[in-house]
Amino acid sequence: MSAKQTKKKSAATAVKHRAKETAATAVKEKKQIAARLIPIYIMGKRYEVPEGLTIMKAMEYAGYILIRGCGCRGGTCGACGTFYRKPGDYKLQVALACQKTVEPDMYIAQIPFFPANRAAYDFAGLTAAPEEVFKLYPELFRCVACNSCTKACPQGIEVMDAISALKQGNITVAAQLSFDCIQCGLCTSRCFGELAQYHMFQLARRIYGARIIPRAEHLAGIVKAVNEGKYDRFLDELKGTKEAELKKLYQEREIEPMAAGEDWKPKDSRYL
Amino acid sequence: MSYLGYPDFFEPYIKKVEQTRPARVEKRKKGEEFQFMSLQERQDMLKYHPDYKEEGRREIKIGPSKGYRIAHEFVDLLEARSRVDPDKVDLSGVDYETDVLVIGGGGAATVAALIAEENGAQVLMATKLRHGDSNTMMAEGGIQAASKGEKDSPYYHYLDVLGGGHFKNDPDIVAAFVKQAPDALRWLEGLGVMFSKSPDGRLGAMHGGGTCRKRMHYCADLSGMEIMRTVRDEARNRKDIRVLEFSPAVELILNEHGQCAGAVLYNMETEEYLVARAKAVILATGGSGRLHVQGFMTTNHYGATADGIVLGYRAGVPLSFLHTVQYHPTGVVFPEQIEGWLITERFRSEGSDIVNVHGEKFVNEREPRDVESSRFIKECVDGKGVPTPTGKVGVWLDSPMLDILHGEGRVRTAFVGKWKVYDRLGIDISKAPMLVYPTLHYQNGGLKDNAECETALPGLYVSGEVTGGLHGENRLMGNSLMDIVVFGRIAGRNAATFAREKARDGELTLKHVKAYLKELKDAGVVTDRVAPMLLPDYTTSQVKEKQLTVSYLGTLR
Repeated sequence: MSAKQTKKKSAATAVKHRAKETAATAVKEKKQIAARLIPIYIMGKRYEVPEGLTIMKAMEYAGYILIRGCGCRGGTCGACGTFYRKPGDYKLQVALACQKTVEPDMYIAQIPFFPANRAAYDFAGLTAAPEEVFKLYPELFRCVACNSCTKACPQGIEVMDAISALKQGNITVAAQLSFDCIQCGLCTSRCFGELAQYHMFQLARRIYGARIIPRAEHLAGIVKAVNEGKYDRFLDELKGTKEAELKKLYQEREIEPMAAGEDWKPKDSRYL
Repeated sequence: MSYLGYPDFFEPYIKKVEQTRPARVEKRKKGEEFQFMSLQERQDMLKYHPDYKEEGRREIKIGPSKGYRIAHEFVDLLEARSRVDPDKVDLSGVDYETDVLVIGGGGAATVAALIAEENGAQVLMATKLRHGDSNTMMAEGGIQAASKGEKDSPYYHYLDVLGGGHFKNDPDIVAAFVKQAPDALRWLEGLGVMFSKSPDGRLGAMHGGGTCRKRMHYCADLSGMEIMRTVRDEARNRKDIRVLEFSPAVELILNEHGQCAGAVLYNMETEEYLVARAKAVILATGGSGRLHVQGFMTTNHYGATADGIVLGYRAGVPLSFLHTVQYHPTGVVFPEQIEGWLITERFRSEGSDIVNVHGEKFVNEREPRDVESSRFIKECVDGKGVPTPTGKVGVWLDSPMLDILHGEGRVRTAFVGKWKVYDRLGIDISKAPMLVYPTLHYQNGGLKDNAECETALPGLYVSGEVTGGLHGENRLMGNSLMDIVVFGRIAGRNAATFAREKARDGELTLKHVKAYLKELKDAGVVTDRVAPMLLPDYTTSQVKEKQLTVSYLGTLR
């Protein structure tokens, strides 16, 4: 990012709590400085950063403002897939930058985006036939079972096994094995057969969720009751109830015990 | 040296938890529960809550909610200059044309985009980060809807929502919510969301804090991620939904008839400001954890910086319930790498105890979140918290109980996301407890709207965390994931209708921004702050001191 209009910080306008906050940040920074500094190489360039930081925080410590390669900062969004390698070791390692703690001499490269083939489809028109998946993703059969995808998965998913299942038409196994896929794309970046595994898995999970596991009949039942206006009267009654009375209803409402099984029924069924 | 993966420092403390565990497990097995607090006791406990600290807030001096006392961090953004001089924006040069402009890239935005498209609108989504980078993606616990008619109904869901929100919630919004929740859940099921179910298709359901019936449905411990990636996948199938990533809105645009008619977008990579013209706008920018209110750590994603509040407020939309912010009771205190990270309430729903430094239980695990958080803070204030080697304090969440209660492997299978992250740090949470403390989690309030997602500005619809009213002063677990679906659908439908039937052609204007800046000046607010913030500032002062030719506009250089 380039410099924009120049401006000066006016100390006079800084409100008290801001000052406090700055002081707190300063203390925190000092503490970080006090920690042992270790060298890391961000895209080949050496920086010294405090040990104990995640790769992401280390990059910020080094002065990067992240726009790409940073999302949830909690290990679920897949924005910060990262490759790294240690000197003297041929092996390419994978991590999420927001999760992995820096180690001395690691060479780091983030893959914030990877061009991957995604098939568009009309979901309503899909059944659970494996041929539909084959037709949308014929490259599925380019997989040579080299297992590079599995090695590249920061989630530890058995990517190749899930792909094998899909090749065999087993959508259920593919969906279940890939359930905690964060779609970072590292598998795809390493794939010899140029598959976009994570898009294929997404398709498999949706087919499994909507067409293979049975739909919830009890849910369909209550939706029907709502549409027939069954609860309108109760809700109108509640909307017109004064706070004191609402509190009483709230306090007296029957609470399903923690240990109750599926067959538990409340004593009061007037509002069901 | 370490004990169960924790530094040796923790060994005596963890052993205390282990000593009391067998007796606590026995109590669980017998169904003995720790006494819930009465409403009065809950009220008294709230004095420990950060919301109740008067020095943490101040009155806002200008705008439609002038005089409202909210956290300094919000006021700072509302009493701030625009990122761009309104006179410099060429509104005659329109860069993007669309029927419905959706601002935001999370669950509420995506659901709204889908439904607007189904109602015949061309949709443009403008997202700040990637499509899907949002708090929705991070939501773990579950999604509430009364789905089992033999023991639950929207009536009980309504009562629970109100009890959690201190009975201050907007009744119309709550009624619409609980009534449409079952259908919203069924819509997700139809899109292929992999809910945890029994083999016959019955939805798994459990309690959450403040629920009287087990109506928390879930997708293992990755509920939000599963919902987000499914609706995003569907959006990618729709040819009439275009997505502009890394292009947040920095101002709303009005037309001469006083309708919302687009937004000024900022391409964060090329640094251009671009004009998007629309017939209706949906603002679904989410929350604000990255403001770090009162210095608290947060569970929120990188982009949670209250941008939508700023945009809407400048365009004349009042605030509602923004005086309360939710602290999730269980954020990680240690290990530091995952500090602030959320540990889903479901650990407590399934039977993990909360215990203090002596290994004693001191609270029922299913109090509403604000009460639960306050109780944790009190325990630590009273000197019964567990210290860390880095000078922090927390309480134990005794996760290993779940393997004993539900069978070995329970933690690893039902909480696979959490288990893996701890495992990478060398800690097996089916053997060792987790150290937690309240963390900034959810913006209970926001822009005022009604049950149709309409705002004071015609043509502007809002949905999700950016709004206020549904959750009152405190949201219950599982109601935000349902919020984004129910009100995302309503906003999408109504915005498409507005675009088709009510939108008028007319000259575009940013007069409201100029008027706002004048009001700021007239109120004597002299400041170099700019808003929206867009991204938090994590650059150290040491780096900044050496950036001799750089200037910062707000947090960005």
